[in-house]
Amino acid sequence: MSTNPLTRLARFLFFAVLVRGVILLALGLTVRHRERLPQDGPAILAANHNSHLDTLALMSLMPLSLLPKLRPVAAADYFLAGKLRGWFARNIIGVIPLERGQVRKGARPLAVLDDAIECGDILVLFPEGSRGEPEALGRFKTGIGLLAAAHPDVPIVPIYMHGFGKALPKGSALLVPFNCTVSVGATLHGAGTRHEFMKAFEAHMAGLAGKETVPAWD
Amino acid sequence: MIATLSAALELPRPVVVAMLGLWAVLIAASALVLALRARDEARYRELTERTASWWWMIGAFTFAIAANQVVAIVFLAIVSYLALKEYLSLIPTRRIDRGLLLFAYLAVPVQYFWAAVDWYNMFIVFVPVWMFLLFPALMALRGDTQNFLRAVGTLSWGLMLTVFCLSHLAMLLVSGELTNPVGGGVGLLFFVVVLAQFNDVAQYTWGKLFGRHKVTPSVSPKKTWEGLVGGVLTTTVLAALLGPYLTPMDYLWSALAGSIIGVSGFLGDINISAVKRDLGVKDSGGLIPGHGGILDRVDSLTFAAPAFFHFFRYFFTP
Repeated sequence: MSTNPLTRLARFLFFAVLVRGVILLALGLTVRHRERLPQDGPAILAANHNSHLDTLALMSLMPLSLLPKLRPVAAADYFLAGKLRGWFARNIIGVIPLERGQVRKGARPLAVLDDAIECGDILVLFPEGSRGEPEALGRFKTGIGLLAAAHPDVPIVPIYMHGFGKALPKGSALLVPFNCTVSVGATLHGAGTRHEFMKAFEAHMAGLAGKETVPAWD
Repeated sequence: MIATLSAALELPRPVVVAMLGLWAVLIAASALVLALRARDEARYRELTERTASWWWMIGAFTFAIAANQVVAIVFLAIVSYLALKEYLSLIPTRRIDRGLLLFAYLAVPVQYFWAAVDWYNMFIVFVPVWMFLLFPALMALRGDTQNFLRAVGTLSWGLMLTVFCLSHLAMLLVSGELTNPVGGGVGLLFFVVVLAQFNDVAQYTWGKLFGRHKVTPSVSPKKTWEGLVGGVLTTTVLAALLGPYLTPMDYLWSALAGSIIGVSGFLGDINISAVKRDLGVKDSGGLIPGHGGILDRVDSLTFAAPAFFHFFRYFFTP
């Protein structure tokens, strides 16, 4: 993220005015258990992923004073493609780019995330990897399990988001207003192995998803 | 003081007095709720939330009416938009219709524009005729016949309920300037909105106090005959008191209008209850703390607004 004060001001205005305005008028959020969101960093918000709006909506739920600490984790190959998109993703959204695909032996692709956690940042993470089929829960990748095991004292908040895939699904540039729901789950900590954590995380997400009455989408 | 307020806000004097009365009732009710809460906080938590939300809603309503007619129409259009959005989010929709739903939202500003320019003939046919024909045509042209009837039916019905029916409030406001020399369009709007909302509260209160016999156990198990009759009677009495002051109706006509608002309000309420039952949800949304969604709040007005509008138009428009 840029340290240029003008860029930081642009980021602040983008989130304080544009994102909040659009979310208030075009979407309308129902937030369950807002009090479970972390008050400060370091922390990890781990949500399901159906739409670009997911990131923006999640970030809008946190107080603006924490905005400098909020860092969505995003695929480098997608978000850094193209000069303008790369600049916007890095400096306005504030993403931490992550390399996808084959990992060279000995390389630690998640090291950038370790560094961010050490700095007290709040990571916004989508363990499904990509947005996938709108309004369907995909398989979780286990990178978050690795992070959890490496940082057992950092709170990890599972968050189930619903409706965003209807409002702006993958492959569409047309935002259609729909009410969306964000259910914040109880905080998890990475005690034990990566697989134990993944089990607990999946159970929490399934529990949150089960409480929603989801209208059909066909 | 009232004369100054009336001049400064450019509102008819009776509307200013009625508005002050409404705020007095709100303040008195809030004091009562605070006293109850001091006795047993847990038991009256929802009531406290509801009351706090009433402050926001009556505040917004007062602001919209006091500012000017354009602000009031925009306010009502936003209510319609939020209700339509809530409705479309609750029902099953087809992915292929996403773009069409954006068009459906555009019907809101257009419909309220007809009201704003007082073009009654277009106002009354735009949704029931033109939108009714447009959307099935567009959907058929898209070519997906799977669940076609359901998609056309739910969209047309939702537009009728949240856009057409609710927009009668705006038409009442605009057309009332000529038809109501007593309190103007604002007087008519105030009359129907406040009575419909008051009727909800009255039915709830009578039901809580004396409710025994259920009216529609399968749709809305909390609605009782005692609540319904008590509520409609209370609304009728209040209408008989308010009507001659705000509208050209005498106390008998006002009482009749009040009972129409009371009964149609009840029917609008159970109509939305039936929709929610069908869809398996408890609240239509989470917009208004203690009340649920916006549809939960304007459900009675979806029926009461057109019912009162056409009653008044038939008997009191020269």
